[in-house]
Amino acid sequence: MPSLLGNIFKSWSDYSKGNEEGGFHKYEHMYAMAIDLNKCTGCNACSTACYAENNLAWVGEERFGARQAMNWMRVERYFDEPNIGNETSDSLDHGASFLPMMCQHCSAAPCEPVCPVAATYHTVDGLNAQIYNRCIGSRYCANNCPIRVRNFNFYDNAQTAWPAPMDQGLNPDITVRSKGVMEKCTFCIQRIRGASDTAKREGREIQDGDIQTACQQTCPTSAITFGDLLDETSKISKAWKRQQVELGVYKQNKENPEMRGYRVYEELNIDTKVLYLERVREV
Amino acid sequence: MSEQEHLTHEQTRDIDENIAWAKINKDVLKSMENPRAGYWVALVGCMLLFSVMIFAEVWQYNYGMGDALLNTSHMWDLYISTFVFWIGMSHSGTLLSAILHLVHADWRKPIYRFAEAMTTFSLMTAGIFPVIHLGRVWNFYWVMPYMSDRGIWPNFRSPLIWDAFAITSYLTSSVLFLYIGMIPDLAICRDSATGWRKTLYTFMSLGWRGDDAQWRNFRFTYLMIACFLIPLAVSVHSIVAMDFAMALMPGWHVTSFPPYFVAGALYSGCAAIISLFIALRYFFKFEEYMTMPILDKVCKLTFVIAMFWTYLNLIEFASVWYGHDVPAKEVLLAKAFGPYSPFFWSMVVFGSVLPFSLLSKCVRRNMKIMMTVSLLLNVGMFLERWMIVTPTLSLGYHPQAFNVMWPGWVEWAMVGGSFGWFGMLFLIFVKVFPCVSMYEVKEMVYHRKRHAEADEDAMIVLHTGVPGPKKSQETGGA
Repeated sequence: MPSLLGNIFKSWSDYSKGNEEGGFHKYEHMYAMAIDLNKCTGCNACSTACYAENNLAWVGEERFGARQAMNWMRVERYFDEPNIGNETSDSLDHGASFLPMMCQHCSAAPCEPVCPVAATYHTVDGLNAQIYNRCIGSRYCANNCPIRVRNFNFYDNAQTAWPAPMDQGLNPDITVRSKGVMEKCTFCIQRIRGASDTAKREGREIQDGDIQTACQQTCPTSAITFGDLLDETSKISKAWKRQQVELGVYKQNKENPEMRGYRVYEELNIDTKVLYLERVREV
Repeated sequence: MSEQEHLTHEQTRDIDENIAWAKINKDVLKSMENPRAGYWVALVGCMLLFSVMIFAEVWQYNYGMGDALLNTSHMWDLYISTFVFWIGMSHSGTLLSAILHLVHADWRKPIYRFAEAMTTFSLMTAGIFPVIHLGRVWNFYWVMPYMSDRGIWPNFRSPLIWDAFAITSYLTSSVLFLYIGMIPDLAICRDSATGWRKTLYTFMSLGWRGDDAQWRNFRFTYLMIACFLIPLAVSVHSIVAMDFAMALMPGWHVTSFPPYFVAGALYSGCAAIISLFIALRYFFKFEEYMTMPILDKVCKLTFVIAMFWTYLNLIEFASVWYGHDVPAKEVLLAKAFGPYSPFFWSMVVFGSVLPFSLLSKCVRRNMKIMMTVSLLLNVGMFLERWMIVTPTLSLGYHPQAFNVMWPGWVEWAMVGGSFGWFGMLFLIFVKVFPCVSMYEVKEMVYHRKRHAEADEDAMIVLHTGVPGPKKSQETGGA
């Protein structure tokens, strides 16, 4: 009985403290990503790897066309405006650009405050996490996501996506989501947990390079860098510093405007954690 | 036609002051008896419509939300727009019964009961939608802050939680308000009822005898709930507006949404009151109580609210336009010229242009035209809600996610079924409970006849059954 009420009141006081102090600040890690669009060839290997790693259900052509797909990572194609409608054989080649897009793990995530049951929240690793068990599927988070990277299980995909023996290929480290649940990119949280467990067993701190996300591992041109921003020596911190992009700043103050680094929707102050390096193109 | 006689007769007075009290009782009680064949047809029709909704919900429960054709950008669509529509409908009952009660507009008395019932039933309809739109509907109670031994609370920052609180408290209080306001009438029903009705009314009238102390307590309670209900009604729809205004999506993130939604709510509610007014007047032969001058007043009220709503609508467009926020502007332009533009312009025509017809006395006094107009006003208001939810979702910020989506059969079944559910509740209500407030019509007749001021004491004396003492006698007696 004491523990029952104790839990309730502790959780309440934690909650109200979080509100008073304006959010959470004691991050242990701050996992972030950098994607060099110069290196991206738009081959979709990252997306495929994500399907394999994270038990993403395939939904079939019809449902994909109805935009009910479960792709956590998608390679978006954009074409230069003059080329739309009057494509020639080479205009598409010149005018096309690719943008691998996944959950940006915003530090000020718009999806988090609107979830009625707090199923989406920030972890101490700086990740925007989704608790499938807690999700009731109100889909408010997806409505409030400016990038539309949240995927909802419109159907019981688990029943249809992996007919035997394909279910043997499912990743045992993470769940298969049921219908009516929201899901999205986790930055391969199972790999983060696995690496930190290994580090703990070996009695050391987690090191840069211990964690590789599936997309990063698969990218044939190594366009994706992943790591901990709180670790000053990590590749990712260096990449961010080199591009003079900072977390918690909604307007980057760059000494050198030629820097290629940018984050999407900075003007919305959502403070995303994926740094994109702009593609350099001939005009 | 006797209606024509009534027309000329009634044109100047809200109610005929010479109606005998016994006749009021008789007329209203008669409306609750012997449903005609048409009633059963309507009731069965509503039930069929509702069963379509049940079928759709069972389907959705088993197969998921996909057959509603929702997609990664369009997560809400008609579910939430219909929800807002029904919440809106619920507001004018409170306007008529509580606000007009406080300002002593006694013409509300013959019509507030069904308006209040409409409030309750449309809330009960609206409440369905946030529940059925959930992906895992069986866990809907998780939005309530119940004591859990795991110490899990809902997220109090979420407007959906505020919604849950607002709607449940509004529903509770409006049911209470409807019920308490009905107690004296239930006692009248009890006195002449037989069979199961006798049992029901005896139980529900809580031993009402109509003595002085009971009337005093009754008046006080009724007034208190009315005062409690008004801020609640305003806050409920403001909170519904915050579902959108608190989001960062262009076209939703608008500061003026709360008052805009409240105005829209009163507007669609008033239009619905006109429709039901005409239907009840026609079917129950309530020409003597639901008179033309009262309809006239409701129409004028509707016109004023319509203009206020139009003004707020223009404010919203103007603030988006001059705000120079590119995505918001694009959404606005897409509403007017995009794939949803026929619905947008229908909304403008039905919501902002059509109300001008209410300026004409000929229109206001013609039942058939008014029925059509009031239904079209509500069509406009339904489109308005749809045009708030869907164009924003079809555009938003991210170009890759831009897409146009048309609701699937599951969604339409839910929308249609909600009308069946509402109609079913309302039809049952009008045959089980008096849909005209007998005691308040008596008050109205009494006051009009004597030109007496709204004097609490006189009213209490009136209802004790003591034959109307004159003011001088009263003071003399004291």
